[in-house]
Amino acid sequence: MKNFTYYPGCTLRTKAKELDRCARVCAEILGINLEEPADWQCCGGAYTTAKDEIATKLSAVRVLNSAKEAGNPLITVCSACHNVIKQTNYDISHDDEMCGKVNRYLGLSENYSGETIVYHYLEMLRDVIGFENLAKQVKKPLKGVKIAPYYGCLLLRPKKALAMDDPENPSIMENFIKAIGGTPVVYAQRNECCGAYTIFEDKNQAVERSAKIAESAREMGADMIITACPLCMYNLKKNSGCDIPVRYFTEVLAEALGVEEVGNEQ
Amino acid sequence: MNSKNENLKEQVLRASGVNVLKCMRCGKCSGTCPAYGEMEYHPHQFVYMIEKGDIEKLMNSPSIYRCLTCFACVDRCPRGVEPAKAVEAVRLMAVRKQDGNRLKPEQIPDMLDEDMPQQAIVTALRKYRK
Repeated sequence: MKNFTYYPGCTLRTKAKELDRCARVCAEILGINLEEPADWQCCGGAYTTAKDEIATKLSAVRVLNSAKEAGNPLITVCSACHNVIKQTNYDISHDDEMCGKVNRYLGLSENYSGETIVYHYLEMLRDVIGFENLAKQVKKPLKGVKIAPYYGCLLLRPKKALAMDDPENPSIMENFIKAIGGTPVVYAQRNECCGAYTIFEDKNQAVERSAKIAESAREMGADMIITACPLCMYNLKKNSGCDIPVRYFTEVLAEALGVEEVGNEQ
Repeated sequence: MNSKNENLKEQVLRASGVNVLKCMRCGKCSGTCPAYGEMEYHPHQFVYMIEKGDIEKLMNSPSIYRCLTCFACVDRCPRGVEPAKAVEAVRLMAVRKQDGNRLKPEQIPDMLDEDMPQQAIVTALRKYRK
């Protein structure tokens, strides 16, 4: 068993329970022990890049430090949480002024300056388990299913902080799909933004963006779109006007690993 | 440039960490921006207008609420200018002003539906108010 400190984030506890449940069930099957800190706080959903913002970055630092104290790497599932935590960790390691301000504010027993290693769940599958080993554990391969991976923006960019994959030609989700027996569909809009939070400024912006993405996946023959992000899921389901099923990557993983009744709690 | 504009420019440069002088005006940021069609001022114009000290025009433009912070311009700029960070700094200056909040909590209940993820609400509040 390998231990990770697990950060679910606000939405996995509410509207994206199946994203969370499947992540936990699959981790157990794969021999990964997820330890959820008792006192985690919402990451805020978006990283504030401004150098004169400190308070908005503290919840991410708290959970990073909590993993450091537990001696674990930190693992995330939601793309937005992952982005906020990775950018915070990058800046605190590279910007001495920010690091100093954060630590003076938090008053930890030992300063936090970027020591924790952060994995997205997909990176854990690739780098800790290995896609070849994952493929060996698959009980119900998604044979013949053409799956369009939707990266969106937050998993890949900015590259220097996220460092997960090539943001212009990513392969981690395609290789994940191959490992669970499906056929990946490569399409032009896989790494472009879904319209995100602009639903609160002008819903049409999200409608246009998400329709473009779904249309691009449909043109390339996708039977299904998968995502790691609850807001991408919402925009693709509610605002794209497209009827291709959209699912969380942990749901298809759970199905492939033979977990019963996936998707019923959504 | 008058001293007020000089001061606003200084604040944006300091908060964003962006060096506008690195821009070579290739327009790639705007060419790749998924919000281009929704913006009055486009990413390359933000960079140029900040250089000129035209900050108030940007602060008063709805363009600052249209940026998706998707970092496409940040990663695709051949000069590492990071325009999205400049947009963010201008937006923060606008929402930090007295009564500058773009989104008020009391507006939110009418905008919700049963599938709206919490992530959307917290992100919008972070972007559109202080």
